[in-house]
Amino acid sequence: MSPRSTNPLQPASTQPAKIRNFCIIAHIDHGKSTLADRMLQITGIVDDRSMRAQYLDRMDIERERGITIKSQAVRMPWEVEGQTYALNMIDTPGHVDFTYEVSRSLAACEGAILLVDAAQGIEAQTLANLYLAMENDLTIIPVLNKIDLPAADPEKYAKELADLIGGKPEDVLRVSGKTGMGVAELLDLVVEKIPAPTGDADAPARAMIFDSVYDAYRGVITYVRVIDGMLKPRQRIQMMSTKATHELIEIGVSSPEPIPSQGLGVGEVGYLITGVKDVRQSKVGDTVTDFAKPASQALPGYTDPKAMVFSGLYPIDGSDYPVLREALDKLKLSDASLNYEPETSVALGFGFRCGFLGLLHLEIITERLEREFGLDLIATAPSVPYEVTTEDKKTVTVTNPSEYPTGKITRVSEPLVRAGILTPKDYVGTIMELCQSRRGNLLGMEYFGEDRVEMKYEIPLGEIVFDFFDHLKSRTQGYASLDYEEAGEQDSDLVKVDILLQGEQVDAFSAIVHKDKAYAYGLMMTERLKKLIPRQQFEVPIQAAIGARIIARETISAIRKDVLAKCYGGDITRKRKLLEKQKEGKKRMKMVGRVEVPQEAFIAALQGDEEVKKK
Amino acid sequence: MPTDGTLPDGVSVGADLRSMSAYVHVPFCRVRCGYCDFNTYTATELSGVSQATYVDELEKEIILSGRVLERAGITGRPLSSVFFGGGTPTLLPATDLVRALESLRELHGVVPGAEITTEANPDTLTYEYVEELARAGFTRISIGMQSAVPTVLATLDRTHNPQSVAPAVEAARAVGLQVSVDLIYGTPGETLSQWRESLESAIALDTGHISAYALIVEDGTALERRIRRGELPAPDDDLEADMYELADQLLGAAGFEWYEVSNWAKSPTERSVHNLMYWQGQDWWGYGPGAHSHIGGTRFWNVKHPAAYAQQLALNNSPSAGWEQPDHDARELERILLGSRLREGISTDGIHPETLVRLSGDGLIDSDAASRGLLILTLTGRLRADDVVRRVAFE
Repeated sequence: MSPRSTNPLQPASTQPAKIRNFCIIAHIDHGKSTLADRMLQITGIVDDRSMRAQYLDRMDIERERGITIKSQAVRMPWEVEGQTYALNMIDTPGHVDFTYEVSRSLAACEGAILLVDAAQGIEAQTLANLYLAMENDLTIIPVLNKIDLPAADPEKYAKELADLIGGKPEDVLRVSGKTGMGVAELLDLVVEKIPAPTGDADAPARAMIFDSVYDAYRGVITYVRVIDGMLKPRQRIQMMSTKATHELIEIGVSSPEPIPSQGLGVGEVGYLITGVKDVRQSKVGDTVTDFAKPASQALPGYTDPKAMVFSGLYPIDGSDYPVLREALDKLKLSDASLNYEPETSVALGFGFRCGFLGLLHLEIITERLEREFGLDLIATAPSVPYEVTTEDKKTVTVTNPSEYPTGKITRVSEPLVRAGILTPKDYVGTIMELCQSRRGNLLGMEYFGEDRVEMKYEIPLGEIVFDFFDHLKSRTQGYASLDYEEAGEQDSDLVKVDILLQGEQVDAFSAIVHKDKAYAYGLMMTERLKKLIPRQQFEVPIQAAIGARIIARETISAIRKDVLAKCYGGDITRKRKLLEKQKEGKKRMKMVGRVEVPQEAFIAALQGDEEVKKK
Repeated sequence: MPTDGTLPDGVSVGADLRSMSAYVHVPFCRVRCGYCDFNTYTATELSGVSQATYVDELEKEIILSGRVLERAGITGRPLSSVFFGGGTPTLLPATDLVRALESLRELHGVVPGAEITTEANPDTLTYEYVEELARAGFTRISIGMQSAVPTVLATLDRTHNPQSVAPAVEAARAVGLQVSVDLIYGTPGETLSQWRESLESAIALDTGHISAYALIVEDGTALERRIRRGELPAPDDDLEADMYELADQLLGAAGFEWYEVSNWAKSPTERSVHNLMYWQGQDWWGYGPGAHSHIGGTRFWNVKHPAAYAQQLALNNSPSAGWEQPDHDARELERILLGSRLREGISTDGIHPETLVRLSGDGLIDSDAASRGLLILTLTGRLRADDVVRRVAFE
């Protein structure tokens, strides 16, 4: 085992040959953060006393959910055979929604540790990231973690990993992030196997942004990997995509606390601070260059991540609307992929139409809004962007069903994804059933080891955003895992189904669905609303309609009796107060035409909850 | 309210325009019915309070009320009606009821031809009992028949034998009392045809007055718990509406006319003066634990428990537990909610014409009457009287 290095290399004057840049690819819960913590400890940059579990995950939510949303880069010294090296560990986000961010993190590395739970084997999302790493020509070091667990089956999963990436099962390193066993050997292996970075020290500076994080005190902190040239303090830099220029107020490395340096040279990884306040000015994938002596060519791979899932967020208490707006404005500073605009709904009042990278992103944002800002929110059913062409050959992007064009539609196209589902082979049948019911098209199946299969499907994203994951998990007792990536678009037979209350459209329940499913959706919503909406003084038809055509109908019959039989021994006060209370109750009702609907009924209908007290 | 029960200033204003009545609460029952949330107690629920001395307590409050009314400048107002309710007033010996009536007569006086009623359980009513009441000046008896169907009575925990209703009515009539029977509809499990059976039985008794009240499942009652546990079906508003319509139809065919949402009489002279006076917003003093009073726009009510009631009176204090003077809006709401339940209706003055048009259009009020300046409920409107009140008062 190598000793801790007593003489760390100085940033800005480290030879590329002494640098190793790597990341860890792992599934949620497979112990990536614990392993990273152990590395910090073993290399001595965090002392045992100040070590807290999962040091690198900053946000509470991340720590609680055991997942990493924002990546960081940590520089660790390590000595092998008397030579000191600088190891840069780049922590990658671990979820399907952040594929683009993952791809940029991978592009900053020469190698990756493929970390797999020795009791569970590889998962779909890890597989997807592994493929991504292999496409980026990264050197892969396969590692089995948690070998201290009684349920660990290293023989089986070592074979699985060897099948997957080539090599022999014996070459798969076995570690325990928890006990620290094998971690020093792993660091030795990183030095030995992963190539040193290369680049032209004399060329104009080029550094790739692989992450940017908002800090309330320091503004945006931008994480970069230097490819060519050198970045120095006080230098004037330029973002190549936007041409915006900034002065470098501070430059340095995280170890793991930020340490200012004299600069960053070829192959080095570190952070920049320019004083900007919005992460949108420091975009992931963009190239940083020297303003005075700019590079002619930006680094490849930059794109603007697109919102793929849209949902309306509404405060349950309408008076919280300003709080929600402020909260979104704040979150936006640290989340470049969050976008939103004000929206009004008959059923839900004032809120925001928000665009997200995916479902988890939606979930994380909603949870942060509720937790960090004390908001009670209701989210409308998630929708995806549809391209709708009308008879007059105009094409619009529809992210909100209630904005679907009226009149004759000649073409609708919907986003597709390529989904990878990794599952024990016993569940193949039930997953096929599920995917078929969601208009999935099986592209192929691949076996891993003896009992696991990767099923590849092409499937409309709109089918996945609506409770697909819940169904997948419940049908496979939680064993199946899912990953997906965008895979273009397809024209489909899609229609918009509206829900009408006494002839008035209730915006929050409009949905764009496949023609074959329109009836089922209409039936489900009309039945659900019938159970939730209290009877009125008149008959209320609840209809589902495609355009002017009614496809389903339920009727809430009129109230016939609304009178208290008697006053109790002259207790007029009691009866008057009851009427006064009913008047107050009416103020909290939402009006759809003449129909009074308690807000809870709408919320319950959106949540699929049919048990609301009809009071 | 001060401990001596002094009423706020101004309660005497316009007193000569209002009639004066008395309600006497008798908070005792032999058993507690599962649906009942009235202020009443069985012998085992009461300790230290005796039925035998109950009229002594009432007399103390009657004396106290005399002092309070005198201080308020309200004197010389004989009673237009007296009503003994409960509980079960007829659990007390007839002499006790008579004694309480005499005390009231002594204090207030009683107008000639005043209506003096007691509620009665058919099982406790004998010829001797009603004769004694009649002799003392009682004019009317209201018999708690509730239903003619044994299974329905059982669900209600009513212990009386349905066969005893007819003789009780006969006895009361024989001594010259006006007779009313009370019915309850909407008991869990009761069918429309069972309700028809009860109505027909009540009609066959040939009384001049029938009240029909929908059962209300009150929180905290045994009935409510049994429904919550699924032992009994929950009330069905639509069935209750059918039952009300059936009642109106059968009673109408038998010569009865509605004069208040839940009350029918064969002629105007058979209407209950006391019942009407609640809805007309007259003055009354409610005696006994938990009883409510209304004097000149002030509403006040007594402590509920008989022991606490007796305790306050023993200290020479007013037994009242609280009071309110409804503000203008509240009084206006009361005027509408009380008056609209009556056959005479209320004036349409001050009601938005559009509201009237919509109420007529929805079939809830009589459009002819509305054109004459009166808001009078239709049959459909009586079933939705609270909706009409909300629209008139709040729109």
